[in-house]
Amino acid sequence: MTQANKKETPLTLDVFTAGIWKENPVFVMMLGLCPVLAVTNSVLNSLAMGIASIFVLVCSNALVSALRNFIPKQVRITTYIIIIATFVTLVDYIIQAVSLDLYNRLGAFIQLIVVNCLILGRAEAYASKNSFTKSVVSALGMGLGFTLALVMLGGVRELLGAGQLLGYQVFSTQFEPWVVMILPPGGFIVLGCWLLLINYLEQRKTSKLILRDKAASHGQLPSESFS
Amino acid sequence: MSTPENQVPELPSSTKLIMTLATVAMISGLLVVMVYEFTKPIIAENQRLATERAIFKVLPLAKKRLTYVVDQDKLVLADDKTVGELIYAGYDKHNNLVGVAINAAAQGYQDIVKILYGYNQDNSCIIGFDVLKSTETPGFGTKITTDEGFLANFKCLDAQLNMPQSALANAITTVRHGTKKHAWQIDAISGSTITSNAVGRMLNKSAQKLLPVVVKNLDLLKQGQQ
Repeated sequence: MTQANKKETPLTLDVFTAGIWKENPVFVMMLGLCPVLAVTNSVLNSLAMGIASIFVLVCSNALVSALRNFIPKQVRITTYIIIIATFVTLVDYIIQAVSLDLYNRLGAFIQLIVVNCLILGRAEAYASKNSFTKSVVSALGMGLGFTLALVMLGGVRELLGAGQLLGYQVFSTQFEPWVVMILPPGGFIVLGCWLLLINYLEQRKTSKLILRDKAASHGQLPSESFS
Repeated sequence: MSTPENQVPELPSSTKLIMTLATVAMISGLLVVMVYEFTKPIIAENQRLATERAIFKVLPLAKKRLTYVVDQDKLVLADDKTVGELIYAGYDKHNNLVGVAINAAAQGYQDIVKILYGYNQDNSCIIGFDVLKSTETPGFGTKITTDEGFLANFKCLDAQLNMPQSALANAITTVRHGTKKHAWQIDAISGSTITSNAVGRMLNKSAQKLLPVVVKNLDLLKQGQQ
């Protein structure tokens, strides 16, 4: 193997933005769906869960990356779980200190971040193989992507299920709330609708690119000239 | 001579594995204890404020409160950190007893529902409650705090004791919506029967056990801070 092959790819903006949209943990990778379905019955709950997940994801990935050369392969999963559980415990205390009301509303889902496959997945697949800075930047992007997905679900569910956004009344009092939207089936329905829309847009984009490529090859033009 | 393919990779020693896990566990322990120590007083203060808010909500005339712990059939002055069954006595600005707030809990639809209810010793009524912890279904179980018809049950829910003052004269029960006939019955919310029943069960269980102790110790409670 040459030195060039061993060299890590440089830190680019793509490392950060990939998690937000192109490799969104919820809409593309379908990771960590338990809290996505359970706590997105309001925007505030979604935001709080998103921020808690960003904190755990960034801190655990930073520590895993910093210690990656010292952790033997044989005990890596045990070590990652200890690291993740530590930061989840910290976030648990911090939320209790910030707001007991919010803590009660999020219920057991804060503690369940320990077993969120997104966090262990990123520690194993990314942070254990990449530099500290890249791991932190990637975790931040992934965390923001996760929060974005939670808020997209929470927004629709709160709006239709309670006629409100962030607790403020949006629809008139005559609006009859679709209670199903803030119940568990509402989580599945809204997630399904978002996946349908995102996949439709993605497919449309792909077929447009194929058509352009075909047109370019017919006209003997390089496809790059269309991009 | 062996080829790289069939070479057994060098395994780290057990000591190294144990040392790695011990180091990570130590870092973890340090971080957790540091944050725990830092947040402990803030969390305790938040809990105190939440309890106080609930007490003053169920006893609207109260301006001050004292905490007592139940010791068999006696009440002993305590603080919020005391372990045991706590009851909170509310006093107005002239130190007159305006009511007692008591904890109650029962299994709801999703999980245990915990409430704090207010008892007025002058008319032997339960005069309101506040939900301390609930994960009931939004839009259904959560109606116990918003449904006006249901809250009307607690303007004066009869909680008189029997003659030997050992239990309630009439057990508090939740009845089907629209069939309430007596002052000790709770008219359930249509569509939220499980949570309504839970409220009835927890009030009955707690009142049967604790109101006789409260009534026996009324003189002590009335003396309060005087």
